[in-house]
Amino acid sequence: MNKSELIETLAEKVNLPVRETASVAKTIIDTMSEALVKGDSIEIRGFGSFTVKKYDSYTGRNPKSGEKIDVAPKKLPFFKVGKDLRERVDEAARKAGGK
Amino acid sequence: MTLTKANLIQAVYKKHPGLTKTQAAESVETFIQLVKESLIKGEDLLLSGFGKFNVKDKKPRRGRNPQTGDELILDARRVVTFKPSGILRSKINNGK
Repeated sequence: MNKSELIETLAEKVNLPVRETASVAKTIIDTMSEALVKGDSIEIRGFGSFTVKKYDSYTGRNPKSGEKIDVAPKKLPFFKVGKDLRERVDEAARKAGGK
Repeated sequence: MTLTKANLIQAVYKKHPGLTKTQAAESVETFIQLVKESLIKGEDLLLSGFGKFNVKDKKPRRGRNPQTGDELILDARRVVTFKPSGILRSKINNGK
């Protein structure tokens, strides 16, 4: 599913025009992005949490040529799946696949 | 600071004067619900500009209880992973 499909379904469920719903979805996503940009974390119960992890610079290698490269320090958002979602995703797979 | 669902509802309510507080709450709740349902169905979810939630099937593997050192078989399982979009990554690293 992509963003526009999500917006369409959301509009139907909450009974709002698609245009307004698209704008609401943008607010949700922008608010989450801005929190991470500020270095804040996000915690949504039953869904999961996002934290920003900081990585120091290190000397890496180009795996193809073996050349050394300096990797600059960086920050990356990290998502930890919440317990409810984690269990339900796995349960659904067991039921469907009979694993 | 931690952003919670209540903060998201507040943000939606503030930015969309046409919505009642209840509609703002319902929109945020349903948004999260739809994301979850997609992943539970085993469908990946792409939120362009933010990132992609992937559903991955892991094979069973042999593991160890780190406390006792006993070997055990870890079952096959299905997990959710998140890959941030390039846009989000650069925003986070450039501060805007």
